[in-house]
Amino acid sequence: MHVSSLFASWASTQLWYSIPLIVSISLVYGATRHEQMGPILHHAWRMGKWMVGFVLVIMAILTLASWAC
Amino acid sequence: MWDASGTAVPPGDLPNMPTQSPEPGSNEHLEIDLRQPALAAFWGWLWPGAGHLYQRRYAKGVLFMVCILSTYVYGLMMAGGRVVYASWTGTEKRWQYFCQLGVGLPALPALVQARRLARGQKPLLGGIMAPPRTDPFTGVDQLSQWHLEHKLYFDLGTLYTMIAGLLNVLAIYDAYAGPVLMAVPEKRGKRAAADSS
Repeated sequence: MHVSSLFASWASTQLWYSIPLIVSISLVYGATRHEQMGPILHHAWRMGKWMVGFVLVIMAILTLASWAC
Repeated sequence: MWDASGTAVPPGDLPNMPTQSPEPGSNEHLEIDLRQPALAAFWGWLWPGAGHLYQRRYAKGVLFMVCILSTYVYGLMMAGGRVVYASWTGTEKRWQYFCQLGVGLPALPALVQARRLARGQKPLLGGIMAPPRTDPFTGVDQLSQWHLEHKLYFDLGTLYTMIAGLLNVLAIYDAYAGPVLMAVPEKRGKRAAADSS
């Protein structure tokens, strides 16, 4: 399978299911670190970006591994 | 009266409660009335966010309730209400239920359904949250049928409901002990100036 089509198939299906989880986890985790909504949302935004980046890096590694093998 | 680190706050300090630095990410100074932390933790387990509402921390209570319950209900609906069930038999050890049990009351019907089936009674509400059975005559495994019917969504729903339960554990801890405040490291310039003085 071509790499771009592999990305497209993942992006169109399973990866979308991670978005609600990332939002929930970021907000709840941020709320356990702060008391007021401003810092909670700020922390959640940073954590959400970190998790998306982490997922994308893992996805890229797996894609490259599957492409190479 | 407790502050965020769980230490007692003198009643005389109450007029300052809560105080917090407005800058996001900075060290926060706040004093929170946790009321009875153990009772708040129990309410928080029974219904996500209820412990914070009991402590009058309304914004966080609503945030926890919306995030955790929506994650749980979404996961439950993905596979027709079948991903949350209690079973600990020789063939099916549903360890995931221990994580799902973290959301409290919304996961407790599974225990009722499991108890009814163990007594030979019919499950209630069309079998929602009832453990899977194996037909003694045909030998058809209901769990396999569920996996076949819902495919990816059975595992996804299980994951969602498990994460909802685990997130509520964090919320329960927050209701019991307050937020875990993060210390922001000082900038090098400030530290050097402090050292030189």
